[in-house]
Amino acid sequence: MKGSAALKQDAETNGWRSFQAGDWSTTINVRDFIVRNVASYSGDEKFLAPASQRTKAVWAKLQPYFAEERKKGVLAVDAQNPSTLLAHQAGYIDRDNEIIVGLQTDQPFKRAIFPFGGLRMVETGLKAAGFAPDERVHEAFTKYRKSHNDGVFDAYTPEIMNCRRSGIITGLPDAYGRGRIIGDYRRVALYGTDRLLEVKRQERAQIDDMWPTDEVIRQREELAEQMRALADLASMAKLYGCDITQAATNAREAFQWTYFAYLGAIKEANGAAMSIGRISSFLDIYIERDLKEGTLDEAGAQELWDQLVQKLRVVRFLRTPDYDALFSGDPYWATECVGGMDLDGRALVTKSSYRMLHTLYNLGPAPEPNITVLWSTHMPAPFKRFCVKVSKDTSSLQYENDDLMRPYWGDDYAIACCVSAMRLGKQMQFFGARVNFAKALLYAINGGRDEVSGDQVAPKTIPVTGDFLDYDDVMAKFDMTMEWLAKTYVHAMNCIHYMHDKYFYERLEMALHDRDILRTMAFGIAGLSVVADSLSAIKYGKIRAIRDATGLVTDYQNEGNASTPQFGNNDDRVDQIAAALVTSFMEKIRKHPTYRNATHTQSVLTITSNVVYGKATGNTPDGRRKGEPFGPGANPMHGRDSHGWLASCLSVAKLPYKDSLDGISYTVSVAPQKAHLSETQLIDEATKAFDLYFRRGGFHMNLNVIDKETLEDAVKNPDKYPQLTIRVSGYAVNFVRLTPEQQRDVISRTFHGQI
Amino acid sequence: MSNPQALQSGSRHDLRTDASPDAPEEDKFRDEEGAFGYCHSYETASRYDGPGLRVVLFVSGCLLRCTYCHNPDTWHLKDGTYVSAEQVLRRLGDFAPSLRDLGGGLTISGGEPMVQLAFVRRIFAGAKAMGLHTAIETSGFLGDRANDALLKEIDLVLLDIKSSNPDTYRKVTGRDIAPTLRFAERLASINKPVWVRFTLVPGSTDDPANVEGIAKFVAPMKNVEWVEVQPFHQMGEFKWKAMGLDYKHYDTPPPSRELVDRVIGQFRDAGCNAR
Repeated sequence: MKGSAALKQDAETNGWRSFQAGDWSTTINVRDFIVRNVASYSGDEKFLAPASQRTKAVWAKLQPYFAEERKKGVLAVDAQNPSTLLAHQAGYIDRDNEIIVGLQTDQPFKRAIFPFGGLRMVETGLKAAGFAPDERVHEAFTKYRKSHNDGVFDAYTPEIMNCRRSGIITGLPDAYGRGRIIGDYRRVALYGTDRLLEVKRQERAQIDDMWPTDEVIRQREELAEQMRALADLASMAKLYGCDITQAATNAREAFQWTYFAYLGAIKEANGAAMSIGRISSFLDIYIERDLKEGTLDEAGAQELWDQLVQKLRVVRFLRTPDYDALFSGDPYWATECVGGMDLDGRALVTKSSYRMLHTLYNLGPAPEPNITVLWSTHMPAPFKRFCVKVSKDTSSLQYENDDLMRPYWGDDYAIACCVSAMRLGKQMQFFGARVNFAKALLYAINGGRDEVSGDQVAPKTIPVTGDFLDYDDVMAKFDMTMEWLAKTYVHAMNCIHYMHDKYFYERLEMALHDRDILRTMAFGIAGLSVVADSLSAIKYGKIRAIRDATGLVTDYQNEGNASTPQFGNNDDRVDQIAAALVTSFMEKIRKHPTYRNATHTQSVLTITSNVVYGKATGNTPDGRRKGEPFGPGANPMHGRDSHGWLASCLSVAKLPYKDSLDGISYTVSVAPQKAHLSETQLIDEATKAFDLYFRRGGFHMNLNVIDKETLEDAVKNPDKYPQLTIRVSGYAVNFVRLTPEQQRDVISRTFHGQI
Repeated sequence: MSNPQALQSGSRHDLRTDASPDAPEEDKFRDEEGAFGYCHSYETASRYDGPGLRVVLFVSGCLLRCTYCHNPDTWHLKDGTYVSAEQVLRRLGDFAPSLRDLGGGLTISGGEPMVQLAFVRRIFAGAKAMGLHTAIETSGFLGDRANDALLKEIDLVLLDIKSSNPDTYRKVTGRDIAPTLRFAERLASINKPVWVRFTLVPGSTDDPANVEGIAKFVAPMKNVEWVEVQPFHQMGEFKWKAMGLDYKHYDTPPPSRELVDRVIGQFRDAGCNAR
């Protein structure tokens, strides 16, 4: 394959030396590069090296910042210069000891502002953190430049505004970056920006002859923006003394180039979730080459990982108090995927999969990067065991079912945010938060009126009459409410993403995609287990409706069988209700055309917003009281999965992935083992349990190994637990940085006695 | 049962909400056929009660009144729900593939399973037909009732020996020790695998001589695979309180690590495989 004119001579002899050539050498195809060159590793973790002196020195420099941040919150903000690739000079933590360089601004822990998403978010965030908004920025974004946020509100309808206010549709990315887009950051290392620019020019030239419809004009403008972003990225790297126009020639450069690409993305966009993708086995190829050439040893290889992860642990965005109530602890989902299999049945587990996990020992547990194990039952047993051990020691990992996703997304997908799979460089998502499904059920019962405010939010329909709720009657009404909700939801999403593309286009992330990509539009539901349990109570119990003076049903009383089936006990009577709801809502969503013909998908995921959603929702027929949190993600309600984790996870595994392709989140907490098992036996047993859950169709598992007493102590003595990390729905968080309400919620969840 | 709801929330002992507290003990209870019986609750992911991952079925009814019992809500038959063996097996079937994958099976505990002999036998036979390992947790007090037909269906007996001293045994359980020891000897004679379980309650069963007696009794039995020392805990306290019973252990602490080690050491010194 050598000899293509497009290949730069130095890349041939230098950057690509000793790699096996293939389709990747002539086209942009990182997946092909990986499967031709990756060295699968099936051994155990004994080869791993401790943190280097330089790593420790950088880490020590950062500790005072972490400590002060826990006390003070936001440490510094540059309020004057809206963030772009070139808005800030180079910044360092400890220049002599950093082998991977690059910060979001010119100083560590100094946050940047992103007014293109929305000025109000910026100014609210600044004021909450105790900083003054900048007058010139204010003037620019009120007089001369419109933001994404302004655009969306020009297009919203009164109905959407009402839904937003009542909380039936919330968390929409209409005031800040939508995130959930993963640039293929590896392309910069493998090809250098010159080559990527050249390909973009070719892509652009191909559409010069096309008639300029809206779509074609938009695409031309976007490609122009993408090329400008690639040029700016190269200039940004130059500020740090690096030339990334050419392919990386060794492991350190490959790490640095990849990180620069990612750093560029987080300088340009402040999305809620900014995944890094699937870099470990890619970068492992460079490490292997350097090891063979004798220019790197194991300590040096680990040092690269540790220092890259240090950078990912100090990324910060300026958020607002409202935002923090939804997602606290400054998460930004730098999700990195390790493991999985390729389409030929080879494990994509490399020594660097281990090294990435090992950073949790060398640097201690932490929420970021959001390390995600793509679990396949076919992965080498030693790696499975190591993952389980890391979970047991750090509670910092999440697991997703590679055997379930691979048929849909191939073997080079990554996870955006928590559970959203997408093929790297070939697919992006229009993020859409979620609707409050429990509230929708209450609207159905109350003829479209809000159970808290009494306002007519949904169109007026016939409310439930009579003293007792009838299952068929409620289901028929709920079906109509879901139809309305689905339509309104798609409507709102189309407005949001039209404006986001227009005013806050992610030019760099999209420059690291192919021109022609699959777009998904990701809808979501919160409160699934509340709704399933409520419908089960109506079906198997005898639920009396209790009305206030205005005829609004505000409470429910079960006068029949008290132990109605509850989701989370492997009981088909209710589990099938939950599964059917997922399918039913997805079908209703699919009826409505999307912006840019995106493919409709759906998630059952709340992150920590289950607390906020619960707070805004009245009493429900399942006996949940007004204000009580929902179960997170697809979890059963707290305490109701009363027959142990096996029953609980078998229920969740029944939810259909084909109708929730954006992911199904499930969090499990188990107490540290007390049975008569040695650590090895315990890890073997837990590995078998993982295989079992995923073989039965489970999609996702957040695993915490911790007891309630530790968490309660951490609430009282936060300084004792600076690095205590736990998994909540879809991400990991520093427990001591959660809001008090969220801490209470986590503690009130079901803790299963043992793995 | 003063307030059945008090036990419902968050408890795996939730089947009991249908129980009628005032029904006579023997009503509907006909054990000859075993087609129906009283079940208290079940749990699906235990690793304590036999090899591999276990479903544990707690049946109700017990003749002992151990002062430290952590399931006092299983003492009376009517603490359980009247269900058919068929129903129990159907439910067990929901978990059978998972249990087979994880090398586990069914453990019946209680209560005292041997109170409902035919019912329990029927369930064990059904579990065996599903290819599951079977275990019974028993005090052995009704061991004389355990006929060969029952023992044939059981792979492992978890035998609770609370004391070796007849006086201590009576003080702790309210009953005689002799039937339990007889049962243990019979299990040894037919070489049925046994895990002996000893609950270590400070101030009640921790006397060195008491431990020594059990150790000496068990040590020669080749069928005893493990002697398990189970430290007393206060997880049953809320039930005693909720049921308005006279609980003697409000102030009893769990045994210290040193005490547990001492007792395990005593068993090991006598030649037992203890943990």
